[in-house]
Amino acid sequence: MIDFNDKVVKQFTIATIFWGIVGMLVGVFIAAQLAWPALNFDIPWLTYSRLRPLHTNAVIFAFGGNALLGTSFYVAQRTCQVKLFSNSLASVVFWGYQLVIVGAVLTLPFGFTQSKEYAELIWPLDVLLTVVWVLYAIVYFGTIATRTVKHIYVANWFYSAFIITIAVLHIVNNLAVPVNWHLSYPVFSGAVDALTQWWYGHNAVGFFLTAGFLGMMYYFVPKQAGRPVYSYRLSIVHFWALISTYMWAGPHHLHYTSLPDWAQSLGMVFSLILLAPSWGGMINGMMTLSGAWDKLRSDPIIKMMIVALSFYGMSTFEGPMMSIKTVNALSHYTDWTIGHVHSGALGWVALMTMASMYTLIPRLWGRDAMYSTQLINVHFWTATLGIVLYISSMWIAGVMQGLMWREVDANGSLVYSHVESIEATYPYYIIRFVGGVLFLTGILIQAYNTWRTIKGDKNVKEIAATESAAAGVGA
Amino acid sequence: MSKHEKIEKNIGVMGVLVAVVISFAGIIEIAPLMSQASVVEPIPGMEPRNPLELAGQNIYVSEGCYNCHSQQIRPFVDETLRYGHYSMAGESVYDRPFQWGSKRTGPDLARVGGRYSNEWHEIHLMDPRSVVPTSNMPGYPWLAENPVDIEETVASMKVLKMLGHPYSDEQISAAADSLDGKTQLDAVVAYLQDLGTAMPRSMK
Repeated sequence: MIDFNDKVVKQFTIATIFWGIVGMLVGVFIAAQLAWPALNFDIPWLTYSRLRPLHTNAVIFAFGGNALLGTSFYVAQRTCQVKLFSNSLASVVFWGYQLVIVGAVLTLPFGFTQSKEYAELIWPLDVLLTVVWVLYAIVYFGTIATRTVKHIYVANWFYSAFIITIAVLHIVNNLAVPVNWHLSYPVFSGAVDALTQWWYGHNAVGFFLTAGFLGMMYYFVPKQAGRPVYSYRLSIVHFWALISTYMWAGPHHLHYTSLPDWAQSLGMVFSLILLAPSWGGMINGMMTLSGAWDKLRSDPIIKMMIVALSFYGMSTFEGPMMSIKTVNALSHYTDWTIGHVHSGALGWVALMTMASMYTLIPRLWGRDAMYSTQLINVHFWTATLGIVLYISSMWIAGVMQGLMWREVDANGSLVYSHVESIEATYPYYIIRFVGGVLFLTGILIQAYNTWRTIKGDKNVKEIAATESAAAGVGA
Repeated sequence: MSKHEKIEKNIGVMGVLVAVVISFAGIIEIAPLMSQASVVEPIPGMEPRNPLELAGQNIYVSEGCYNCHSQQIRPFVDETLRYGHYSMAGESVYDRPFQWGSKRTGPDLARVGGRYSNEWHEIHLMDPRSVVPTSNMPGYPWLAENPVDIEETVASMKVLKMLGHPYSDEQISAAADSLDGKTQLDAVVAYLQDLGTAMPRSMK
């Protein structure tokens, strides 16, 4: 028996669910503030503009990050058939990473920020994160290097690309000269800073929220389905195509700005190409179920994974579409972008994480299954309904805003003032808030189910029902 | 595919290849910008921000205004009608970090300078719905109570000078006196009133 380090994986798992609740709760609160601005209360640290970065950082780096770090340690140990490279370093990585997150909670609401989106953390936290990340890379790559099997399993290719690229992006985008302990000025300014930021921002999506979670997908989908990955050849082709194409696509965040045209066009072309490797991953994940499609009916975890992959396919179609300059002319600066982000973030990233946690948790704590399969089903439907409300309301709101802003009458004058577009958006902000509440309810259900599973409780009713169903089939 | 086996069996080779593959884009897209004149040269007549405006910029960043306000007018008829001449790269060379934004929950601010009176801005920042009843902007009443951080602003000027912003030693030594008694509200209003005003009339 190999002495796998599951303690640190358990810690990351609990942290994932805890920070998921925190991040989504903040998201629901700021969604409510946009609909009912009185909720800002004139209190500085409860103000929308200070909390929105806390929401984005918490869901991406605290919820998503803990899930990625934890599963990468689990997957690396299992697929390499070796224990973690260093248990003490792994522990430092866990607590160091939590320290960065707590640092974010203690700085962002109090106005300490760099203002670069998803890179708001002030310079001392950036330095701390860099140190933690290097230690993480040592533990992860050390584990891969000491493996007892010859091949490096495909999930690890994606985790590797995620770790290496995030290091490069984080360091380059945060190059800055400090003024005091919290304020710093980036070494790049204006248009150069803008492109550096969106080269980072787009690839935080590409490598944190895509490559990392594809790594998770490549282990947990085959595991849960009990089938091998659909195509080995496809995984090779789409891996290299994905990581080489993603990096170029950043300028699509800066269409029609004062960034030179050549850079914008280059970004658009690569964004369109990106559809192919993205769908390669989706197809490889979905087709892993071929021969086991009946599990979609019987296993809500599989259902969650397949819906996550569907949202991945949808948002990686929508993304390239929005990167076409004429489409972007309408969609940019509107809530359509917010809808697009959440179709990826809630639909793909969060659902894949939640489903993987359902696969992982019983294995970590030595249980046969989660406490309640029925509750997983309830979580699935609550979350899915929440996502649908969220993204459809933001699509409508976004397209409406874009059309209102550009509406010109026969005399060539603008038809609507800006505030009229806000007035028209209020109903959609309320629908989005409801969608967010549903999604938050989903993760609370998961937290309850997880707690009962860890405690070792058995759901007697469900077990009896399964047994009588099995007996019925037998008879 | 059999050649790929070599990569699959050697994490060192795989790591190096990943690093190489992801490096091209940054080198080809970002590096050339650093020497493209239209991007790194200020437009004629553009000055770095005075101490009060700079303090205002620091507060604008700190309060997270960029979450809802862009500072980048695109070259479309409706945008130039609404906001004025489209933004030029040379107008943001003194912005560290850039403040182009990505979302317009509120309107664009690239050329808001001079559009409203100081009094309007003060009332609006304290209590937005008293002047725009259906606005969903938060109020920032604490700005009027807090003094500007003089020490930080002077230190900011020194760092920015090091990074190439043309401040003279006289400007830096006179900064502290010019900030005496000013509130954060004064600073933000001064910053807003300066936005987009450098563009010469002939270009507008």
